[in-house]
Amino acid sequence: MIGESMYQELILEHYKHPQGRGLREPYDAEVHHVNPTCGDEITLRVKVGDAGKIEDVSYDGQGCSISQAAASVLHELTTGSTVEETLSVVDEFTRLMQGRGKVEADEDVLGDAVAFAGVAKFPARVKCALLSWMAYKDAVVRSAR
Amino acid sequence: MTSTSFDVERIRKDFPVLSRELPGGRPLVYLDSGNSSQKPTPVVETMREHMAMHYSNVGRAMHALGSESTEAYESARDKVAAFIGAPSRDEVIFTKNASEALNLVAYSFGNRSNTDPRFTLGPGDEIVISEMEHHSNIVPWQFLAQRTGATLKWFGVTDEGRLDLSGISGLVTERTKIVSIAHQSNVLGTVNPVADVLRRAREVGALVMLDASQSVPHHAVDMASLGVDFVAFTGHKMVGPSGIGVLWGRAELLEAMPPFMGGGEMIEAVWMDHSTYAAVPHKFEAGTPPIVEAIGLGAAVDYLSGVGMEAIEAHERDLTAHALDALREVPTLRLIGPDSLERRGATLSFTLEGIHPHDVGQILDDEFGIAVRVGHHCARPLHLRFGIPATTRASFYLYNTTGEIDALVRGLHHVQKVFA
Ligand SMILES: Cc1ncc(COP(=O)(O)O)c(C=O)c1O
Repeated sequence: MIGESMYQELILEHYKHPQGRGLREPYDAEVHHVNPTCGDEITLRVKVGDAGKIEDVSYDGQGCSISQAAASVLHELTTGSTVEETLSVVDEFTRLMQGRGKVEADEDVLGDAVAFAGVAKFPARVKCALLSWMAYKDAVVRSAR
Repeated sequence: MTSTSFDVERIRKDFPVLSRELPGGRPLVYLDSGNSSQKPTPVVETMREHMAMHYSNVGRAMHALGSESTEAYESARDKVAAFIGAPSRDEVIFTKNASEALNLVAYSFGNRSNTDPRFTLGPGDEIVISEMEHHSNIVPWQFLAQRTGATLKWFGVTDEGRLDLSGISGLVTERTKIVSIAHQSNVLGTVNPVADVLRRAREVGALVMLDASQSVPHHAVDMASLGVDFVAFTGHKMVGPSGIGVLWGRAELLEAMPPFMGGGEMIEAVWMDHSTYAAVPHKFEAGTPPIVEAIGLGAAVDYLSGVGMEAIEAHERDLTAHALDALREVPTLRLIGPDSLERRGATLSFTLEGIHPHDVGQILDDEFGIAVRVGHHCARPLHLRFGIPATTRASFYLYNTTGEIDALVRGLHHVQKVFA
């Protein structure tokens, strides 16, 4: 019965009630990422304000609960923070996801995203969790150009 | 209800994996045979015995082991030929899998080394496939169209999941050189009306190929009475090993076709600047073939014949009837494919409202040890046709039970509870 550890209540909540979903104007960069193995997709936009503050992360996509909930959590964690702060969260989340379930999550950095710790034990699903986060990183890089 | 003549519990004993436990003490409920089937002891033992006691290369070794190995390899060809009712054993070509068989045939069209008018192909000529094909019966034809400038066309699929034949006379025309369709869909379960397609193809002089990857394992299929030109199927879906597939083709066509790969065993004589080729089937079997795998496939068809293809088909029919009824009880479940037993096999794909198939598959596996396939099942265009990214697919075989289908249904109810 290992399933329960992956489908944390918090993940299910975000899946059922996604935060910040929908594509909004204005934005500085838009990216579209797909996971070819399962067909999950996300279109994601970022709006960076003065002093490098993330004003909005808006997104739309389709996919499993893990990929959709991860986008919702991403929206919550990034909006209102500086680009620099958010990139360190992305790095920590990536480290957790790629840690095969053996990495201790830094809850101070990750906040709600620690709920995804269980996903790291399922190599096939790690890409689901990372889809929107990688799209975000890409969008931030593009917005700086 | 399972036919009394079919002792599924006895069959299950032939498949050791079916009695193993998964980590966490979960029993295995294997409902993914459409993806790849499990292997019975006689297949495993035949392969082990050959590797342990008789192994050598085939065709070229003159010693005792060489002749034992060659004899076993060629007798596997005889068994497969008999199993599919091939008019001649030489029409059975061993390939790596169904994909290779399909690529081999596609390669022989529009090829400068093939001047036979049935195989010439260029701008203005047409290739016809269908929207329900596995990528293996799409991409090789896309290659061919790109290589030659020919046009790729396809049959649509009806809402019920049937091949849409309504426009067949406009689709399959004098310009059509080859029609290649699935005998049975790996997603919908639909068994296609080969005779109707064949009749039209013959009217316009087009060749017909069947992707029988999902039919040969489940029904008695007879090459002579099918009447098509080429048939591809794959060993691992029919209780045989992976690494071995079959192309069957009409002898006179195979003789007209160019070799697909060059190498040892496919030649008659070689000079530095040119070669002449071996007769079929060896012309298409370059290099050391998958010897043990071919022998394993021979054992697989022996096993299936021993059980009886009619009995297997009847058992799968019972399972499908049970599953259709049981799945109807699951709220919001949408079956993608025919809703009745008519012209369909034991493959059922479906969606559950608001729950992604990957989540369905993950929970079924983690909680209940139920193995289904989730995703687009290498048939992305078909999923696009139905406006969905993915489905959950349960596919049954001779060793499955109605109890396992009931477990699936219980599992689906649980999945719905998690996401309620
Ligand atoms: C209908 C159909 N065609 C072709 C294939 C390809 O078989 P293989 O991967 O063995 O080449 C499959 C199985 O994956 C299939 O279901």
